[in-house]
Amino acid sequence: MEDRFILPDTEDESVKPFWDGTARGELLVQKCRACGRMRIPPRPMCPQCRSLANDWVPLSGRGRVWSFVIPHPPLLPAYMPFAPYNVVTVELDEDPALRLVGNLVARADGPINEIDPHSIRIGEPVRVVFAKVDDVHLPRWVRA
Amino acid sequence: MAEWIQDKTAIVGIGQTRFAKGLEDSELSLACQAISMAIDDAGLRPSDVDGLAMFAMESGREVDVARNVGLGEITYFGEVGYGGGAACGAVGHAAMAVATGQCEVAVAWRARKRASKTSRPWAQATQRMSGDFGWTRPMGLLRPVDEIAMLARRYMHEYGATRDHLANVALASRKHANRNPHATMYERKLTREEYMKARWISEPLCLFDNCLETDGALACVIVPAERARDLRHDPVYIHSFAQGLQKQCAVMTNYFSDDPLRGPSWAAARRLWANSEIEPGDVDVAQIYDAFSPLIPLSLEGYGFCKRGEGGAFTENGALEWPDGRLPTNTSGGGMSEAYVHGFNLVLEGVRQMRGTSTSQVKDAESCLVTSGEGIPTSAVLLRR
Repeated sequence: MEDRFILPDTEDESVKPFWDGTARGELLVQKCRACGRMRIPPRPMCPQCRSLANDWVPLSGRGRVWSFVIPHPPLLPAYMPFAPYNVVTVELDEDPALRLVGNLVARADGPINEIDPHSIRIGEPVRVVFAKVDDVHLPRWVRA
Repeated sequence: MAEWIQDKTAIVGIGQTRFAKGLEDSELSLACQAISMAIDDAGLRPSDVDGLAMFAMESGREVDVARNVGLGEITYFGEVGYGGGAACGAVGHAAMAVATGQCEVAVAWRARKRASKTSRPWAQATQRMSGDFGWTRPMGLLRPVDEIAMLARRYMHEYGATRDHLANVALASRKHANRNPHATMYERKLTREEYMKARWISEPLCLFDNCLETDGALACVIVPAERARDLRHDPVYIHSFAQGLQKQCAVMTNYFSDDPLRGPSWAAARRLWANSEIEPGDVDVAQIYDAFSPLIPLSLEGYGFCKRGEGGAFTENGALEWPDGRLPTNTSGGGMSEAYVHGFNLVLEGVRQMRGTSTSQVKDAESCLVTSGEGIPTSAVLLRR
């Protein structure tokens, strides 16, 4: 894996629906069928009502930057050419306690270091895009 | 009344190897050396030891340690998970086992080499990740420092904490290390200007917001309080102990909970103080887990030394510095300037403060809080003379 990005194990049953969704251009989260609470990362039991029943529901893909970091070397080899790049945590419009980690990019297929990282502001609105890396469609974010 | 472990056990022996990068001995050998020194320091024999509490991450196992050091028949052994959250957990498990009669002489320890396979998991990431890290590592949040930097920036944004506050942490540790001949940074001064100009590792954190990388091992011996009073050193009592795992806890990536800045310290603190006769305001000296500088203000808030959001401001006016600060903290130099051995060196410095033998000894110190990693399932012990 020396020179390759780390990727999620998309065949893991607990996360497969999420990654099947991103491949279709959809951002899905788990929603409890009993109490309606949404959750991500996914898990088998709803922490609010303990129901095991859930559906994967699409979100608008809109949110705000909750926090961000700018990694510098030393890094894994695959990430070194991009340093310094940005990693953002985004809180989603549907529920600010739903957060996802990704990168702020200028365009869906743009590199993770295209945006000047010092121009990023906590609270700025973003929307999801999907970037294909190997066979995985990673959710990334552009300015909304 | 609850059968608390309060003051029922005491730390009576400590041992540590030297600290360096690239020691030749194996982690198992280092563990055995530190344990052996701790047993000698207590004036006990290896055959007296009948309890073991260790990090689940240890590469040397209980059986290896027992047959190398020549221990007696072991009747309690337990392990605590989550790396940097485990040091006080191992000590506390040993104390609980001794207090409940499951063993009479327990040893807790940590041995770690930076090049070890189990020590730097981020550098050996597999290409396909599952579990919590599958939601962060592929996005380039690769190292522990990146994970904590994400919380740190949010914390600074919400509460107005500054790089000057983080520098206060780094500089206090360094000043203490400059007084401790065993510290890695004993001869290396650090100025605020050098801190501010240091290279970034993961903005907003720079080089000096990070702990050291160290090879070394430390151990301590825990016995019942009444037996402790007959031994060589004045007993250092384990007054209170707690572990902490907050609601919706993740490992290092606590961004997915309702309240990410209310970390595991808050959970541990609730039990620690509930079972203590000492209150935060009475604590004379603290050893607070410092893999990264922002963990200090977060922990100060969690353990109740100040209100939420005030951890940054708490560090002002030399509050963390020996001898006159309101809470001298990490008086050996801590993980940032003495050694980073998953926080076990903080336990031993707590013992030295209670024995009166620290190189930055707080005058008449009666109590010392020692904490393990904020940001992961954690633990803490409150020591008293």
